[in-house]
Amino acid sequence: MTDRLPGFSTLAVHAGAQPDPTTGARATPIYQTTSFVFNDADHAASLFGLQAFGNIYTRIGNPTNAVLEERVAALEGGTAALAVASGHAAQLVVLQQLLKPGDEIIAARKLYGGSINQFTHAFKAFGWNVAWADPDEIESFERAVTPHTKAIFIESIANPAGSITDIEAIAAVARKAGVPLIVDNTLASPYLIKPIDHGADIVVHSLTKFLGGHGNSLGGIIVDAGTFDWSKDNKYPMLSEPRPEYHGIRIQETFGNFAFAIACRVLGLRDLGPALSPFNAFMILTGIETLPLRMQKHCDNAKAVAEFLSTHPAVSAVNYAGLPGDKYNALQRKYAPKGAGAVFTFSLKGGYDAGVNLVSNLKLFSHLANVGDTRSLVIHPASTTHSQLDDAAKVKSGAAPEVVRLSIGIEDKEDLIADLDQALRA
Amino acid sequence: MNHDAYDDNYIRSILNNVKSIAMVGASPVNVRPSYFAFKYLAQRGYDMIPVNPGHVGKALMGKPFVASLADIDRPIDMIDIFRNSSHIMPVVEEALKLSPLPKVIWMQLGARDDAAAEKAEAAGLKVVMNRCPKIEYGRLSSEISWMGVNSRTLSSKRAPIPTQGMRLSLNRTSFGGGQTAASDRAAKNKTETT
Repeated sequence: MTDRLPGFSTLAVHAGAQPDPTTGARATPIYQTTSFVFNDADHAASLFGLQAFGNIYTRIGNPTNAVLEERVAALEGGTAALAVASGHAAQLVVLQQLLKPGDEIIAARKLYGGSINQFTHAFKAFGWNVAWADPDEIESFERAVTPHTKAIFIESIANPAGSITDIEAIAAVARKAGVPLIVDNTLASPYLIKPIDHGADIVVHSLTKFLGGHGNSLGGIIVDAGTFDWSKDNKYPMLSEPRPEYHGIRIQETFGNFAFAIACRVLGLRDLGPALSPFNAFMILTGIETLPLRMQKHCDNAKAVAEFLSTHPAVSAVNYAGLPGDKYNALQRKYAPKGAGAVFTFSLKGGYDAGVNLVSNLKLFSHLANVGDTRSLVIHPASTTHSQLDDAAKVKSGAAPEVVRLSIGIEDKEDLIADLDQALRA
Repeated sequence: MNHDAYDDNYIRSILNNVKSIAMVGASPVNVRPSYFAFKYLAQRGYDMIPVNPGHVGKALMGKPFVASLADIDRPIDMIDIFRNSSHIMPVVEEALKLSPLPKVIWMQLGARDDAAAEKAEAAGLKVVMNRCPKIEYGRLSSEISWMGVNSRTLSSKRAPIPTQGMRLSLNRTSFGGGQTAASDRAAKNKTETT
């Protein structure tokens, strides 16, 4: 008898969570504790030596966080996951396992502005170099491959314009180059796109966005697809070579197809320290229970708003992959048939000043630097998130002066359209 | 038997029914995976027998090493082989000479020999390849999810209080058969590239 595979909504509610063994509590308890007692000295030694599974210290693992980790791993179809303090922390911990000074990653040019900053400045200071490639031109990834390339990094639905990336085409480049493909799946969430099904080896998220969904808690997560052989050459010594801090054990040999998640935990999180608060893990878990309901409403509302804007006289262009005729519509129907997400941009005939005016005239949309909230959000990237880029780089990353970015919430769509209409007329 | 993706019920029935396990290639060095697995399974109540001709005269967790399967003085339910794929066949051939026959041949993570598996299955043995019994036990009992691992099981029942030596909790619902789609794909990719 073959086991039955539960659906996405069932996993969103149940995966990883079981009534508490000591109290029977049905909701996942918040284990707000720094540390956990050992049974005896031998038990302690086994835990520290990675010979036993268990809790030591919340910087390395916590039972509330573990429920979140298993839930997201199940939703993404991965073998294991590691929750961290933010999406940025997830990217730091992932790359620390893969890169040494002098190594390179190839990253899509269309990324969240904060990621562009992190890669360009902080990571460069570590000696980790970035080669930028254009996700609309797959050959640009192939051309960027060098003997120092250790990974390829893309977003499934890309900031800020909500463009859809051809994950399978870039996965083929990564496989040929013998490096893992890392996909930031924040804007899609696994409800819309499961990058592992399309060839991703590692998935990262800012949990702060659609997964948490309520704009109340920061968090990040790393999902191990279990697909990459880290030991086939000596390119990834953190996983394939004996670890001196653990008496010479080799991480992949010991942990098999969830070795990457373990390396991120016992080498990355342990030493770099960006642990997720168990309280935030609880808030995000509660959010994930309604992910399928929210995400569908986000997408349906976004489509209605995009359709409204596309016929508005003050608007010169709408970039929403869910609109027929959009450049990314074919990729959207392939990768995200349930919806094109809720983050997109549009351009105003009035240019930069019209963008600034629109933001100040809106009454329901909130002007802030986040996406994936229940509330509808607006930002003018050229004057905020992407303001550090020069004009040419702004245009290349989809944040030209006349561009406004929306993150559509789960309010009534009629109210969102009315608010945009009055602000565009004002 | 599909050796690319085992049904959870297949693995569960093996781990639930075997009592004695001979571990071929067991190491007394406490940083080797075979040592971790031996200790873990011993603590879960299995009768463990370390087999390694290089360590006869020593003991692992109080259990004396034997040189070969033939030297074991009692029936063995399962043989867990901690050797590379190229060393599997002679161990299986030796196992098939035992009387009574063992019930299960288990090859560790990374080890796979389809011809040896076929031979063992033809003799009525169950075979598991490229898996670790410690990981599978931890996964099916949900103990492993403390490390953020996807156990691929669900349960609405109160969890047993975890203690050393606990037995499998079998009241969990498995989903998705033996493996994730991703690891199936990985196995497939590996075949394609080699």
